[in-house]
Amino acid sequence: MAKQAGEEQGLFERAEAWLRRFWRWVTTPQVILSLIMLFVMFYMVIIPLYRMLMTTFTFSESDVRYAPGAVPGDFTLFHWIRMLSSKVSTIMTFEPLLHSLTVSLGATFFAFVIGGALAWMVVRTDMPGRHTINVLATVPYIMPSWTIAMAWKVLFNNGTTGGMPGFLMYLTGTPPPDWISYGPVPIIVSSALHYYTFFFLFVSAALMSIDSSLEEAGELAGASRWRILRKITFPLVIPALLSGFIMTFSKTMGTFGGPNILGVPVRYYTMSTMLRSNTQVGAFGDGFVLAIVLILFSMTTIFLNQKIVGTRKSYETIGGRGFMAQKTKLRNWRMPLTSLVIIFQVIVAVLPLLLLILSTLMARSGDYSISNLTLAHWIGQSNEKINNGEPGVLLNPAIYRGAWNSIKLALYTAFFTALLGVILGYAIVKGRGTRLAKFVEQLAFIPYVIPGIAFGAVYISMFTKPVGPIPPLYGTFALLVVVSVAKHIPYSSRSGVSAMLQVGRELEEAAALAGANAWQRFARIIFPLTSTGFVSGFLLTFITTMRELSLIILLVTPTTAVLASMTMRYIENGNEQQANAVIIILIVLVLIGNFIISRFRGGSLKKGLGM
Amino acid sequence: MSTTITIKNLTKRFGDVVAVNNVSLTIEAGTFLTLLGPSGCGKTTLLRCIAGLEDPNEGEIYIGDKLVYSSIKGISLQPGARDLGLVFQNYALWPHMTVYKNITFALEMQKLTKAQMDERVHEALKEVQMDGYENRYPREMSGGQQQRIALARMLAYRPKVFLMDEPLSNLDARLRMDMRTELKRLHHISGATTIYVTHDQVEALTMSTNIAVMKLGVVQQLDTPDRVYHFPANLFVADFIGNPKVNLLDGTVSGQNQVKVGDFALDVETFNARGKMVVAVRPEDIAVLTEPELNAVEFTAYSVLPAGADSTIVAQRGDVEVTVKVMGISKIKMDQKIWLKFDPTSLNLYDKESGNLVTG
Repeated sequence: MAKQAGEEQGLFERAEAWLRRFWRWVTTPQVILSLIMLFVMFYMVIIPLYRMLMTTFTFSESDVRYAPGAVPGDFTLFHWIRMLSSKVSTIMTFEPLLHSLTVSLGATFFAFVIGGALAWMVVRTDMPGRHTINVLATVPYIMPSWTIAMAWKVLFNNGTTGGMPGFLMYLTGTPPPDWISYGPVPIIVSSALHYYTFFFLFVSAALMSIDSSLEEAGELAGASRWRILRKITFPLVIPALLSGFIMTFSKTMGTFGGPNILGVPVRYYTMSTMLRSNTQVGAFGDGFVLAIVLILFSMTTIFLNQKIVGTRKSYETIGGRGFMAQKTKLRNWRMPLTSLVIIFQVIVAVLPLLLLILSTLMARSGDYSISNLTLAHWIGQSNEKINNGEPGVLLNPAIYRGAWNSIKLALYTAFFTALLGVILGYAIVKGRGTRLAKFVEQLAFIPYVIPGIAFGAVYISMFTKPVGPIPPLYGTFALLVVVSVAKHIPYSSRSGVSAMLQVGRELEEAAALAGANAWQRFARIIFPLTSTGFVSGFLLTFITTMRELSLIILLVTPTTAVLASMTMRYIENGNEQQANAVIIILIVLVLIGNFIISRFRGGSLKKGLGM
Repeated sequence: MSTTITIKNLTKRFGDVVAVNNVSLTIEAGTFLTLLGPSGCGKTTLLRCIAGLEDPNEGEIYIGDKLVYSSIKGISLQPGARDLGLVFQNYALWPHMTVYKNITFALEMQKLTKAQMDERVHEALKEVQMDGYENRYPREMSGGQQQRIALARMLAYRPKVFLMDEPLSNLDARLRMDMRTELKRLHHISGATTIYVTHDQVEALTMSTNIAVMKLGVVQQLDTPDRVYHFPANLFVADFIGNPKVNLLDGTVSGQNQVKVGDFALDVETFNARGKMVVAVRPEDIAVLTEPELNAVEFTAYSVLPAGADSTIVAQRGDVEVTVKVMGISKIKMDQKIWLKFDPTSLNLYDKESGNLVTG
């Protein structure tokens, strides 16, 4: 009957009805917001990626030197051939790739061993001091990722490549071997000690949600403890392990600080440091080829793992709520093991800081004796013999500018990230089941699969010229904000979605029935109910941005330098003590930020990671 | 002044699932209509379509004279513009607002003055016997109290139509009984057109002026509770309504106004029907005798289940099993011989194949 009526309608009426329907669809809040977000993400992610890809296929002005007869602006496969199948490709691409994989897999493996073992002991044994262990486990992750690398240098430097002689060398008189001082081993260890927090948090959350009756069933069936661990517990936490693996692997693939401090001096290049050295000399085409290779690698890993995690997801719901698990008794091992764990954690969390502080107190570098202590690096006036004549960090206006830039960058990024989180959360949750919302959610995931340094590289090619209404941003502070916000989109969308899911849809529907329009519903119902998530997301982004290096290292200029990039610049200029003082300032700022978070009810590191 | 609701050829699909299938209903002004059916029958979806919380795929909805939805004309008014109130299953009180704020939210939208709002809040809370709770937060009240506040919130802004989505399903049995009494009273006083969704047949039978029984998105029967109970339009409705369940006895028409069931025959109006039939008889419409009598059929008491006010007797004869409900505590012993007397006027006859009631 309805159909018949439709046929009777004139063309004009039908067009009018279609327009009305379309207008209604377009003016639905979640549709408007989805469309805005699509536009924003196109500008911030898709177009830059496209630009980067095009750059690798185009001759630039600087290529004329290498490639005779090149016409700038012409299409070419020159960069790809050069990087993937020429004489220099081994040094430029394949060695760094191998190094990156070595370092990432190594760091991920050790992070897994440490974090997993620790989580199991804390959650499933009668180990005392749980709370202390929990707190200590998060400390290395709160600090910048290259802190341990810098402290490593203070401890183990053997003078092979110059620089300040290490503390160990001062104590024993003999230089440590090269493989301890530089290269893959220290990079792996220092990264693993930073990233084990991931595994610790993921695995302890997973272990807590396992119903111990599943294990008890195994015990009743006569299985040994080890067998239960291997056959029951382990398979149940596999999704958590894989999530930890993905996060650690993709982070370490794109990490810059550690490899730059411990690898570059001995020419042990990874993809990230090679990418930087290419862009530093203006070889953008070559550098971007590396960035794309890096992105492809990271993408493949993540999608493979997503597939595996996806099929295993059913495990996650098992048990559901945390039953009081039966705990393995450590018996005679209880005290020794506990002491070992706490000693290890204190060493990882505190020793690096002590070493860094000590190194900033020496008048003559490399002389660790008490008589050589001075505060000159902190509050000394400008002295030609120290730090190329720069005054102590607390009297140095450049440091204050850097600190202010760090704080400003973190504040802006946190604000915009939290804002995008709310918008994305609303658009995705309200539009659940529609293709548009799904598309938005998938698009928001893209920055996640792009390693930090490659993501920074993406933005070099963008914004050097105006793009649409956006003025050229290269070299501006705004660009740092844009790249930081864009990189945070996956996290903000995830936390936005989970915050929005906590608000039952009936609460908004009740307001709609009461006659409230979209804005009133948002301002009076949705926002107040999600504001806790908003604030904790804000604070978390604040501290992660403050200690972000890989993402912005390719984009900072002397005027936009932040503390994180300044530590690198000072190291590269040979002013290690100054660098160490700067990172201590950065750590203090981060710790203050973290203190504020822990004061703030409901906000915690765990929540911010979306767990 | 209450409002008629007219629904024409309404269809709502979720992907391949047809939740509401070409439903046409007219709900007269002042009716208390219950949408009754098992979960997944489309009753809540239909209610949400009326409220404007779901966009149907086809059809039209009028509230009073106002066209609020039309697929052909591309019209769909916002929920707030339809002048109706909804009480949600989980109450949906705003947890960050006090009772007062919860109630005045809609009033603010209507731009009432502070004095008017105070007046409305006072009135509404009194109506649900919750005066004095203005400054409580939802979490500081019990489920039953929250339910009353949710009701007050709806009453305060005086919508033309009341919609209720299983409002009592989260309450315990005693509170549910109290609330039924109150809701029926409320409808009696206000006279507002009310659409009430439930899967609980007792709620439907006790409170409604009309019941629409739904299955798989289709309205099976729209009738008064009395007719739905005594003259179910088809076997689904017959089986769904009534506790203990109706007896459905397979049989064949064996003569004018006679159906053979097992090895005995029942007198029942057969009109002109032929062939395989199902005889439906409510457990309380069967008389139990301890002595033989004309037209009474001999059975054996398989099980006797006294429950205070009434007793349920399960009787067997060959393959035929019949459930009977009698008042008071039954004296009948298990395995005792009993005679069941069927009243021809209380029997309904259904066509076995179509499942529809056989009528003249």
